[in-house]
Amino acid sequence: MKLDLRKLKLRKVNETLQSIDQKRNNKSYTILNPEGNHAICAGLTDDIDVTVKGHVGYYCGGMNQNANITVEGNVGTGVAENMMSGKIHVKGNASQSAGATAHGGFLVIDGDASSRCGISMKGIDIVVKGSVGHMSAFMAQSGNLVVCGDAGEALGDSLYETDIYIKGRVKSLGADCIEKKMDNKHLKKLDKLLKKAKLDKLKSKDFKRYGSARKLYNFKIDNVSNY
Amino acid sequence: MCGIVGIYLKSKKFEKDLGKMLSGMLINMESRGPDSAGFAIYKKEKKEEFKYSICINNLAFEKFKNGITGKIKFTSILKNSDHVILSSKEKPKKVLDILNEFKGVSLVGYGKSIEIFKQIGNPKDVVKKFNLENFSGTHGIGHTRMATESAITTDGSHPYSTGSDECLVHNGSLSNHNNLRRNLTKKGINFKSENDTEVAAGYISNHLSSKKNLKETLMSGLGDLDGFYTFITGTRKGFAIVRDEIACKPAVVAETKDYVAIASEFQAMAHLPGVNMAKIFEPEPGIVYSWGN
Repeated sequence: MKLDLRKLKLRKVNETLQSIDQKRNNKSYTILNPEGNHAICAGLTDDIDVTVKGHVGYYCGGMNQNANITVEGNVGTGVAENMMSGKIHVKGNASQSAGATAHGGFLVIDGDASSRCGISMKGIDIVVKGSVGHMSAFMAQSGNLVVCGDAGEALGDSLYETDIYIKGRVKSLGADCIEKKMDNKHLKKLDKLLKKAKLDKLKSKDFKRYGSARKLYNFKIDNVSNY
Repeated sequence: MCGIVGIYLKSKKFEKDLGKMLSGMLINMESRGPDSAGFAIYKKEKKEEFKYSICINNLAFEKFKNGITGKIKFTSILKNSDHVILSSKEKPKKVLDILNEFKGVSLVGYGKSIEIFKQIGNPKDVVKKFNLENFSGTHGIGHTRMATESAITTDGSHPYSTGSDECLVHNGSLSNHNNLRRNLTKKGINFKSENDTEVAAGYISNHLSSKKNLKETLMSGLGDLDGFYTFITGTRKGFAIVRDEIACKPAVVAETKDYVAIASEFQAMAHLPGVNMAKIFEPEPGIVYSWGN
């Protein structure tokens, strides 16, 4: 089913996608002429496929549960923010705060993601085929961030328990983020994520793992200069 | 918040459509700035002639025209809403002195090719009042304002111009503008408002007048201007964008073989011809991107 944003209001398009009757409704949708609109496909709860033909604005697929969303273009700030489950595949580049605070699901970005990718992520798996900007995985709590290109300044600043895998160069690490040993468990997990993102040709051993040094978890007077 | 937009033509293909393209961009940025709007357009220039963009506020056009006749020799005087474009071959210093003493009017900008218009109100109404759709030109810059640092007035609206053919629009806020204003005033730059962006415009004018080019000027600005900002700035032949190093204020660039478009959000440029095939990217923090000279 085609939904044309030049003919339909955004609210109508989102309402249609948010109220799917599993027995009667189509499960495959295409959104035409997104023209940079914000909050496209926000708050979807059903297991449907949505393809967006073009570039979108902020918070695309925010709070997504179960839906499989593909954007054939670039996305603005906060794609997949607070996603709970499902999948979002961005075929272009992503702006700031991709996957922010997301609890679950899978976000794949074919191009680059700019600053604060995975900020405060809480369980989502993010695979970026290009590079990420500064302050990525800032205060990230759980889940995995995989970057096939480079990472900008202050990667993983004030990190909790997210695992970060970077193939390229890291400009600098943030407070309390350190490089960690890649053991078999991590190699297997990374292989699984790469396969899921259809990146079978990449080898997990070419990545480096970064995580929390766990020194900022509790207040210690010795660490005062780090706060 | 605020919305900023700009378009720089790399070929002559869209010169006649420049106003239409910029107008759509401003209207689409209403959601980021409903308080006032403004734009600067760089048009074809005439030899030895300077154009002065003047806001005459509530003054009747005839009264203004009569008031300057005899004082300034002008080649044309055109009214557009509450603005007047005055063309003259006289030396800018003389014209500026006369205009600055003229009560009830304010000079918005001047130069060989620039024309600037700004007004309080919704962007949709402002572009209609000035008939922006009918403008042609080589490059243009616009702004929709959500007022934070100073009052909703025409003087507090962007673009700001503090030098010949220069203009600046800004999304963000500066924190060291009072100190900078004091230093620049000592160097002879005049400020008309309490607005932080006008100080950044003055900073740029000051550096350009000491023979630095636009790119060098903006690069030194990264060290001297403290605060949050995405700036789009224009000169007679140049066009540039810079974001501060934290990069909280958004920007997106779309480049084709015919034009470069910049806006706070992609939706501002979704109507531009061929934009879906353009090279679209987010300018990196702390890096100056420039086109032309």
